Formats: sequence, structure tokens, C-alpha cells
Amino acid sequence: MNKIRFILIQNRAGKTRLAKWYMQFDDDEKQKLIEEVHAVVTVRDAKHTNFVESDEVFRNFKIIYRRYAGLYFCICVDVTDNNLAYLEGIHNFVEVLNEYFHNVCELDLVFNFYKVYTVVDEMFLAGEIRETSQTKVLKQLLMLQSLE
Amino acid sequence: MPAVSKGDGMRGLAVFISDIRNCKSKEAEIKRINKELANIRSKFKGDKALDGYSKKKYVCKLLFIFLLGHDIDFGHMEAVNLLSSNKYTEKQIGYLFISVLVNSNSELIRLINNAIKNDLSSRNPTFMCLALHCIANVGSREMAEAFASEIPRILVAGDTMDSVKQSAALCLLRLYKTSPDLVLMGEWTSRVVHLLNDQHMGVVTAAISLITCLSQKNPDEFKTCVSLAVSRLSRIVSSASTDLQDYTYYFVPAPWLSCKLLRLLQCYPPPEDGAVKGRLVECLETILNKAQEPPKSKKVQHSNAKNAILFEAISLIIHYDSEPNLLVRACNQLGQFLQHRETNLRYLALESMCTLASSEFSHEAVKTHIETVINALKTERDVSVRQRAADLLYAMCDRSNAKQIVAEMLSYLETADYSIREEMVLKVAILAEKYAVDYSWYVDTILNLIRIAGDYVSEEVWYRVIQIVINRDDVQGYAAKTVFEALQAPACHENMVKVGGYILGEFGNLIAGDPRSSPLVQFNLLHSKFHLCSVPTRALLLSAYIKFINLFPETKSTIQEVLRSDSQIRNSDVELQQRAVEYLKLSSIASTDVLATVLEEMPPFPERESSILAKLKKKKGPGAVSVSELEEGKREGGELNGGSDRGADTAAMAASNASTPSPQADLLGLRSTAPVGSAAPSAGSLLVDVFSEAGPATPSAAVNDDGFLRFVCKNNGVLFENQLLQIGIKSEYRQNLGRMYLFYGNKTSVQFASFTTTVSCPGDLQSHILYMQEHFVEPLVEGGAQVQQVLNIECLTDFCDAPLLNIKFRYGGALQNLTLKLPVTINKFFQPTEMASHDFFQRWKQLSQPQQEAQKIFKANHSMDTEVLKAKLLGLGTALLDNVDPNPENYVCAGVIQTKNQQVGCLLRLEPNAQAQVLSHTHTHTHTHTHTNLYSCL
Repeated sequence: MNKIRFILIQNRAGKTRLAKWYMQFDDDEKQKLIEEVHAVVTVRDAKHTNFVESDEVFRNFKIIYRRYAGLYFCICVDVTDNNLAYLEGIHNFVEVLNEYFHNVCELDLVFNFYKVYTVVDEMFLAGEIRETSQTKVLKQLLMLQSLE
Repeated sequence: MPAVSKGDGMRGLAVFISDIRNCKSKEAEIKRINKELANIRSKFKGDKALDGYSKKKYVCKLLFIFLLGHDIDFGHMEAVNLLSSNKYTEKQIGYLFISVLVNSNSELIRLINNAIKNDLSSRNPTFMCLALHCIANVGSREMAEAFASEIPRILVAGDTMDSVKQSAALCLLRLYKTSPDLVLMGEWTSRVVHLLNDQHMGVVTAAISLITCLSQKNPDEFKTCVSLAVSRLSRIVSSASTDLQDYTYYFVPAPWLSCKLLRLLQCYPPPEDGAVKGRLVECLETILNKAQEPPKSKKVQHSNAKNAILFEAISLIIHYDSEPNLLVRACNQLGQFLQHRETNLRYLALESMCTLASSEFSHEAVKTHIETVINALKTERDVSVRQRAADLLYAMCDRSNAKQIVAEMLSYLETADYSIREEMVLKVAILAEKYAVDYSWYVDTILNLIRIAGDYVSEEVWYRVIQIVINRDDVQGYAAKTVFEALQAPACHENMVKVGGYILGEFGNLIAGDPRSSPLVQFNLLHSKFHLCSVPTRALLLSAYIKFINLFPETKSTIQEVLRSDSQIRNSDVELQQRAVEYLKLSSIASTDVLATVLEEMPPFPERESSILAKLKKKKGPGAVSVSELEEGKREGGELNGGSDRGADTAAMAASNASTPSPQADLLGLRSTAPVGSAAPSAGSLLVDVFSEAGPATPSAAVNDDGFLRFVCKNNGVLFENQLLQIGIKSEYRQNLGRMYLFYGNKTSVQFASFTTTVSCPGDLQSHILYMQEHFVEPLVEGGAQVQQVLNIECLTDFCDAPLLNIKFRYGGALQNLTLKLPVTINKFFQPTEMASHDFFQRWKQLSQPQQEAQKIFKANHSMDTEVLKAKLLGLGTALLDNVDPNPENYVCAGVIQTKNQQVGCLLRLEPNAQAQVLSHTHTHTHTHTHTNLYSCL
């Protein structure tokens, strides 16, 4: 079943800049996952793949992540899901954020956390990819921005 | 393009966030937060009504505080109030708060649902989307109850905006996943499938996720999606890189949609319609061709998007596994990726090739890449890539390359990461045995395995090497020599000592001619390890010593001296002490002849499947051995020759005299035979199941249970089969009487001795059925012969459990013990009854007392093919009544269960529904007990 379990944006220090959950986890599980994701992605370098499958930690799902400056964008999906499609899904999302916030930086995500959720919901919903066209997403965001 | 400045719109929020960021310590942060919480609380409690903007700002601050990891116990009501605001920004914050802090407060749920309802009917697409996103994010049962019927209507309505359709499709998907019983597609099915044709690619992208999920559950109802998906895919694949404008990503047309379409097709077999199939094959060829074209951009995004489609296409090709040409092309393409500079591609190519290796069409093509894969195992920096390389080597291994692959895996083991060693060890052991042509190679491999990764070598692995050495006299001398050499190492693994002790105890004589490995040298070598070993290993060594006394009389005094020492004969461990005492006595009082007979070489083990594979199977599910449980398997004391029952030793030693096994043999051999009768599935699939641990819990021995279940609706057939024995059944039933013929076939060329069978009735079954065993079976069953047994059965009252058949016999000295469920079920005593629709429903109504009625909803395990189902219901023994139920989908049956004491009329209705669930309804004349018993048959 194609399904995103969660999307996480963390900085190198492990501070969460966005956590979007598509499955029921209790607070302890969420905290544990956040720490585990941080632990596995920050030790990897450019020679590693962008995918982490770990039987012990993630059971039947995997983390697909990409690093942008000091931020790690991580998306957790089923082990059978298409790695490259989600890897580019991340990039597509980052490009939208970049346009929307005019050269997005970590602080934009902090101060506008409630807007980031809107961007996420436009592009990913119910654990699935909802819209992939940057033009369409940005047009919609611009429209929402104009509303009071 | 839109741009937003920091915290625009809500200055107070931006100030607060800045304050928090400027806090130097955790304490300062908590202090600042508490101050803010107090402030917000007073605002919310204040007399002055807050305006929408303030409410939004404070709720947003609360949300921020919550996201920092602090508990929030107020503000929910204010958030709910925001939902009914007319301003988008206020509504949005309200919905966001609700989505993040889901609260099960029933009062609030009602209010929230009310607000959602208003927004859904507002005809304002922005508000509708907010409401739908909230449902999709929360996805609670209450929301499903409130909106599951409304959303399909929004999804297919002609005047719904595209963006709303996208949200509605995924919202419905979420509700379907949480509450499938509440989402009934029925009349909407066809219109939802046709969303694949929608002009708006975003709508297709969202809807296809819903369709895929629904197709997985109800493939038949959604199968029209196949041709629609193929034509959509075909249009995308054949479009030029700029045709799709907004949906072109780095010169790749609609990559995500293409992947989703290819994924949807993987829910179905290849299209039957030749034209559709031809078009699809064309698409797949085009995708493969494009991979060979020069890239339209140097950006990694371009190649990733292109390859995302390619890998998905290859998954589909593998899923079909019917197009040799495409499979080989896929393999060649992946072969190129194996040497790509992108680590991601190398990793994915290894992963994908692993599945290609198991297809008969591409296995050979995969093998040609062996050198590259071995190189990957040696040189990749990322352990997950090395792991994939190891997996692929395992998958591509066959007789032609086994030696090379095993050697490479062994050398990799020396440096392998701890996390994957155990898996690697099992894989090497399995490959070594599976493809061993000469057994000295096999012995070398396993001893190397113990040497390199002894800690990860499980019992089953070293049990197995001993079984094989015992059974093959051509390898015994070699094994003795090799293990003797291995033991020379100053620090050798305890598992090596175990194997060494066992093998030298049996075959040390074969190398004793060489002065370098004379009996005393052998003994001293073994004994030098003794003190470093655990109790079970020491126990094993003591048995090896007594065997030495027999093999080499010249060692007798030395060994007796050792046994006599206080550290043995007064050992605080009772097992060791007992062995020392008994072996000492045995060696001093028994004559050489007696000693020679008692300590004779172990008889060969019956040929059976590998104990390593058996281990893997055993891991698959607990309780797997419930049906065919081998007596010996239940014994505690897993160690070879150690921890056996008190006092068993002398008996056991004496037993080998009569060429029956000692506990050694039992533990070695029979423990591993638990899954008798199950045909060994391919090791690959086994490993996947075992290593994931989350694999489907198909208990291995449930094969026997399967045998049992297959007989619910039929009377004749093969009940059980393994390498030794086949049991066939013929049975007939009349009224409350039955007769069962059991045929026991000896499949080997060796006689079965002491063959006995016993039928027993577990629990209180005895009071329900009566057995008369007419013919007892002869105790000897010649090789290749078949013997017959007749059982008479009488049903006294209705019953639930099945009687058990226990079979014991000796084969090659080993005791075989097997218990099976006899397929005697209550429905065997059904008499079909024909009746007309009117009669049926009249009786149906008469039998509607609670204790006369039962119903149950269950998942159909098999496809609900009408003919198959009909055949099964007839097989059940009832009459299948046509034209009785007004709903033609339903099945109606009637019958009378004949027991000695009474006749029980039964009426049965099965109502299959779309979710492959069956509602079954029975009305009978008696107590509910019968229902339970009948259901267990169903």
C-alpha cells in the first residue's frame, strides 16, 4: 500500500521544524521516531544512498531523505514504495517552499510554521501525493495568501 | 510569485517566537511559556469578547507551544469557534489546531463535525478543502460516520472544483483505510474509476491513490481501471517532454502519475484484452528505450524522475513475469546501473535485480553480473548497499556459481557488520548445503563459518553438518582431519569444540594412524578446551571421551583418570557428574564386546530436509507443530548430547546397541523434522519471511491442518505426505454412521518397524462420537508397501473437535511419531433437504429464537467464485436451494444433521458482499453449540 507514514523536517541539531503524521502514533512513539530518524540520517554522507531501511528501527518501512544546507527533509514510506519518486517528491516540495518563501531558510519554517502545514496539505494528503504541479500549488497558495 | 515575510499578519506571534528563540536556557524557555500561557488563559477567560484576530493569534501561540513539546489543556473551544469564522486565515488556524491536537472530547467532536458539515455544504472551494483536509488528517471513526456517505457525492459531482475533487478523493481514501465498513462505493464505483480519464492531471494523481487502494480490496469491481490506466499511461509516455506543461518535471512528463499508474497495474494480472496488452507492452518498451536515450538535462532531478518511472515499470514487468524479452531488457538496464556513479542507482539496481533473479526468464541474465556484484560487496561504502549485494548474490546462486559465491560471502563475513552477520551465516549455510556437490567442500565451508562467525552459528547449522557427516562415509575421514586441524587454533569457538568433540568421538579412528593425530593427541587436544566450555559442551565432550575408550583402548586409563578426578565425578552440575560416574563405571565393568556394541558408531540419520530450513520454518509461527508434533521435539534440553533426561545416558548408550538412536540422535535428527510433509519452499522466500519477522504467520505444520480443512467438503484424498510416509483416506457416511479407510504407504525402500496407530478423542469428544477400530495394522510395513486400516464411526451428538490419529514407527532406527487431525467434522452427518422458497422462509422464521439463531461475518479466504463456492456448499453436505432467496447473490442451504440421539435441522444463508466478507446466518433446531460447530466447518 503506498502510504507516507510521516514527513519530518529536522535541523542538524535534531530540532524538529515540521512533523506531519499520517498514521496514529502516540506521543512517545513520535518522540522515539524523531530521535531515531535524526540518529540514522545525520551519520550519513554524500557517498551513502538517500534511503535508510532498518529492520530493527523501522520494521516494514523506510526513510527517504534529502539534506538541504542544515535541514534534513525526511519522508517515511512503505518498504515497497518507489524510492526515487519520493526522493523527487521531497525536492518538488522544497522547490515550492523556496518559491513561496523567496529563498526559503530555516527561520521561515519556524516563524511561518502554520503556513508550512498548508503547503504540505496542498501537496500531500492522507499519506498520498495530492498535487505535483509547482505552478498549480503556488497559484493556489497565492490565492490563499490573498484571503484574509 | 508569492512571498511571505516573517510572521506576517500576526506580530504578537512573531514576537513570542523570537522571545522563545532568544531564551538562553530550558528554564528560561519554560518561564517564558508559562507567562504566555497565563496571559492567554486570562484573555480567554476575560469578560471582553475577543475578536477573531486575537483568538486566531492566541490559538496559534498555543499550537506553537504544543509543537515545542509542552502539554496544552485549554483553548480547544476557542479553536472550534474559529472554525465558524468567515475569514480564511482564522478558519485555517482553527482547523490546524484541531488536526494537530486531536481531542476525543465528545462534545467538541459534535461541534467540529457541525462546522465541517457547514463548510462542506458552503460551495466555497477553499472552505470545502479546509474541511476535507481536516477529515483526512484526523480520520476518526466519528468523522467517518458523519461524512463517509457525503464525500463520494462531492467527489463525482459535475460542478465540484478540481482542487476539491483532489482533496475529496484522498479524504475518502483515509476514511476507507480507517473505517472500510463505512465507505460503500457501490453506485459510485464506475464514476470513480472514470476519474482516471479526468482532464485535470492533479485530479487523476489524487484519484488514482484511492482507486489503487480500492482495487487491492475489490479487484473485480474495479478491473475496468486496467484499460483506462493503460491508455492514460500510454498518452503520458508518448507525449513530448513539454506537452504536459505544469506536470512536466525536469523534462520528464508526469513522473509521479506515471509511477502511480504503473503501481495500480501491479494490482492486476496482465490484461487479457490483446489490444490493451499490446499497448501496455509498447509503453513498457518505450520506457526502457528512453532509459537509453541521452539525458535531456544533467540535473539529478531529471534522471531521478526518469528512473523512478523506469524502476516502477521494471516492477510491473517482474510482477507479470511473462515477457522474457522485457525481463532480459530490464536486467540489462539494471546491469548498467550497477556501475553507475550514483549510489542510489546502484542500490536500487541491486534491489530490483534480486527479484529478477528468481524469474526463470531472467535468472541467467542476472548471473552474468556476478563479478560486478561481488565487487560491490567488497567496495561499497554504504553498508545497506553491501547488504543488497549480499542478498543478490544469494538470489543468483545456483550450482554453477555456488563455490565462488559462498567463498565471497565467507570472506565478506570476516568484516561484515554485526547487524547482518546472523543472516549471512544462515545464507552461507543454506547455499553450501543446497549446492554441495562434494561434501568436503561443504564441511570446509561450515567449519570456516564457525571459525569466522562462531557466535552467529546457530545450533541448527552445526547439527546439520554433523547429520551430513554421519550419513556420508566418504567425507568422514576428511571431516575428522579438518576439524582436528581447526581445533589446533589457540582460541577456537565453542561451536567448533562441539563439532570437533562429536566428530572425533565418532570418526577419530580414521585419522589416528598419523602420529600427529594419534588417539592421545586427539584426546589432549579436546581436553585442553574442556575447561573453557559451557556445561552442555562439557557434557558432549564427556560422551566423546567414552567413545574414545571404545575406539582407542590405549586411551582408557588416561580418560578414566580424567573421569575419576574430583572435578568430574564430584562436579556440582548433576548432568556432568552423572555422566562422569556412569561412563567411568561403564568403561570399567563392561567387556570390550559390550562396550563396542554400546558405543557403536551412530547409525545414519533418515534423509530429511535441512534442519536449517526447518529452523527457518519453525520461526515462522509459534504453535506450528501442534498438529504433527514429534514427541522428541518436545523435549527440553536443546543441546546435543547435553541436558538430556536424568538416567537416560546408559539407556541411551545401550540403545545405540540396538541401532536405535541415543539422545544425540534424537536431538540432532528428530528435532528438525517438525515440519514434516511440507514441501520445502524455495529458500529465498523462506528467508524473506524469517528475516523480516513480520512475515505472514503461516505455521509450517499447518500444512497438516490444511489437509484437514481440505476434507471438510470432500471425503477422499491424501491426508498427509512427507518423504517417508503417505496417508490416504477414503470415507463414506450414512445417517449417523461413517466408515473411514486409511491407507498408509511406505515411500522408502526400508521397512518400517513397530508401526502402530492410535485414534484418540481429545477432551470430551468421546461422549460425542464413538470409534471402533476394526483392523489393527501389522507392526511391519515393508518398503514400498501399503497397509490399510478401517475405522467405524458413529455420531452420538454434535461435536466440535476432531479426533486425533497418532502414528508411531521406527525408520532406520529412528522413532517417528506423528499426530494428525482426522477429518471427521459435523457436516459429514448432514442429509440434504430440498424445500421450496415458501417453506424455507416459513421455517426460517419459526427458528428465530436467540439460541436457535446465529450469525457471523467473516472474511472469505479464497476468491469468491460462484461455482467454487457452490461446489463447496454441496460438499458440505447440505442441499443448495436455488431460487429461494430473493437476492440472487445469496446462497441458501438446508440439511439435517443426523446423530444417534436426535436430528438437527439446519438452514443456512450466506450473504457475500463487496468487501469479500461473508455474512452467514444459521437457524437450527437446537442449542447454539451446533452453530459453533458448523461455523468451525465453514
